[in-house]
Amino acid sequence: MVGLNEYLIFAAILFCIGLYGAVAKKNAVAVLMGIELMLNSVNINLIAFNRFLTPSEVTGQVFAIIVVVVAAAEVAVGLALILNIYRQRLTTDVNDLDWLKW
Amino acid sequence: MVSPITFWIVAGVTILAALAVVSLKNLIHSALWLVAAFVGVAATYLMLEAEFLAAVQVLVYAGAISILIVFGVMLTRRGDIRESNLFTRYRVSGGVISLGLLVVVVSSIMKSKWIISREIVPENNVGLLAQNLLGQYVIPFEVAAILLLVALVGAIIIAKEVRD
Repeated sequence: MVGLNEYLIFAAILFCIGLYGAVAKKNAVAVLMGIELMLNSVNINLIAFNRFLTPSEVTGQVFAIIVVVVAAAEVAVGLALILNIYRQRLTTDVNDLDWLKW
Repeated sequence: MVSPITFWIVAGVTILAALAVVSLKNLIHSALWLVAAFVGVAATYLMLEAEFLAAVQVLVYAGAISILIVFGVMLTRRGDIRESNLFTRYRVSGGVISLGLLVVVVSSIMKSKWIISREIVPENNVGLLAQNLLGQYVIPFEVAAILLLVALVGAIIIAKEVRD
């Protein structure tokens, strides 16, 4: 029998791994990967709460679908920005991305 | 109900895949492990009896987003691919912060008293989801669609560099 706590702890571990990737990686694409992991763990939380606290409704799943849409939008815009920066600066190292305009 | 062995196998594989995403030095390998992590999350959704979300996870994340990320890696490659995914100087401090957050979150999860419902999941889960999404939550649904459209148009404009 797997309860709510196990799912929440699993999601917390996944979130912290994603946070570590987003904070500590040099490549901007790797930072995006970390953010995707964090968004996934949030979805696990939403669906686990839905499953264990209000199983007869699907509100958590509706939330999770909206989160998936926002994640897709985020990764599309983020990669477009990275591509544009790469074309002008020939780098994706986040240490070099320290200007506001060029 | 899901047996604990199944749950911990899926959770362990997903966590190992996520660790590989952040620890490997080759960005392509990280992207491929990211697909494994996404599939593991989809399996978790199946265990939580959210079949539609599991299908969406496989289609959108394991299919579309990971391919988009691989495109991003390919189009921005520079120098040696084997050394393409290194750490910044926050390697240690970032790890300490993440572990600290994990300890805080897990301890507060352990302390919380959830009111676990004894109701059963309805048989026709997907139909119920559709009724909610196009009934009570139709405004957020449409707003999400507009957000997706705006984001995609914006992404094309940013990536293509429109000149006037």
